[in-house]
Amino acid sequence: MSGAGKVTMHEMSIALAVIGQVETAAEAAGARAVGSVRLQVGELAGVVPDSLQFCFELACAGTLLEGAELVTEPVAARARCEPCAGEWAVGMPPDLCCPVCGTATAELLSGRELQIVSVRWEDGPTRAPIREPIHQER
Amino acid sequence: MCRVVDLQQAVLAKNDQCAHDLRAALAARGTIVVNLLSSPGSGKTALLEQELLLARERGIPVAALTADLATENDALRLARSGVPVKQVLTDGLCHLEAGMLGGHLDGWLPQDTRLLFVENVGNLVCPASYDLGETLRVALASVTEGEDKPLKYPTAFGLANLVVVTKTDIAAAVGFDEAAFRRNVQQVNPGVGVLLTSARDGAGAGALLEAALDAANGAPLHAPVMARPQPHTHPEAGHDGGHHHSQDHSHSPSHSHASAVPQHLA
Repeated sequence: MSGAGKVTMHEMSIALAVIGQVETAAEAAGARAVGSVRLQVGELAGVVPDSLQFCFELACAGTLLEGAELVTEPVAARARCEPCAGEWAVGMPPDLCCPVCGTATAELLSGRELQIVSVRWEDGPTRAPIREPIHQER
Repeated sequence: MCRVVDLQQAVLAKNDQCAHDLRAALAARGTIVVNLLSSPGSGKTALLEQELLLARERGIPVAALTADLATENDALRLARSGVPVKQVLTDGLCHLEAGMLGGHLDGWLPQDTRLLFVENVGNLVCPASYDLGETLRVALASVTEGEDKPLKYPTAFGLANLVVVTKTDIAAAVGFDEAAFRRNVQQVNPGVGVLLTSARDGAGAGALLEAALDAANGAPLHAPVMARPQPHTHPEAGHDGGHHHSQDHSHSPSHSHASAVPQHLA
């Protein structure tokens, strides 16, 4: 697998898509800063997590997400064969033929995820109550 | 103080929606898109030039859009077939996206077009993730590229509705092991069809055109395992949008529309 230096450029497009969606959600939530973004990346999503980290950091500069951490959760690719009812880890490169009966009726159970799971806002409306002790000055 | 909120959004949701809308808009006017993916130098342009010429001779209304980082060379070659051709320069971008394609079709694509061939940027990594609103996705490899190409680029070959081998006229000279190639294709995309072609000696001429016409006429297409929607198999995640989704759950089902190939193909 490549390191951060190898640019497979669609990771930049993906990073920009993540940032766009988080910005929209932040606006809706009234958040002013983002602590972290949690992303599921399936083994067969065609995305290199290291490259994505590299692009994400670059693309966050100057946005609401500046300094935000990108947490990627790898998702193993698994398939199931209907006739055999067997389930297997397809591996990389993937083997999508049933290892038992060899048929092509496999069903992919997981591995294509490219999904924003959750976001941690760093501030926003919930911060105000913390400062409340200052009401001394009332 | 901080808040954690579940978003559960597919990263490529916007592109997928765009692709879905484009496919519907094109279908309404009787056009389908054929998305051609391969490495640089695999012979996409030569094969396409031949297929476009055949289409023209048979009176089938086709058009082609070709994407490259730079130069209009491919469009000039394809235009020799006499069908409408458009060159898109991606200005460094390694792939096409559905919104970009839609924008390029506006005001250019002739109304009666039956088949629009899109020659994606020569690259087997990035374009694989982007649904362009195509009905037929084709992954190509030349005999010189090594039999293990499908294993090295499993997403590109795994999501294809059809695989095309090019330059078969030199297969013997380069020691192409067809059986091994087919085995590797079947490993990542069980059941997918493989066409053997040579633009130089005419082997397999018209086969891609036929496959595209079949797709346009609604013939059932091969549905790659990788492109089929993933089932929701984990009861603990439920069907509530994943809001109680546990973060250490390593292979929970997603609620994404992550497949690059449209669901109606699956």
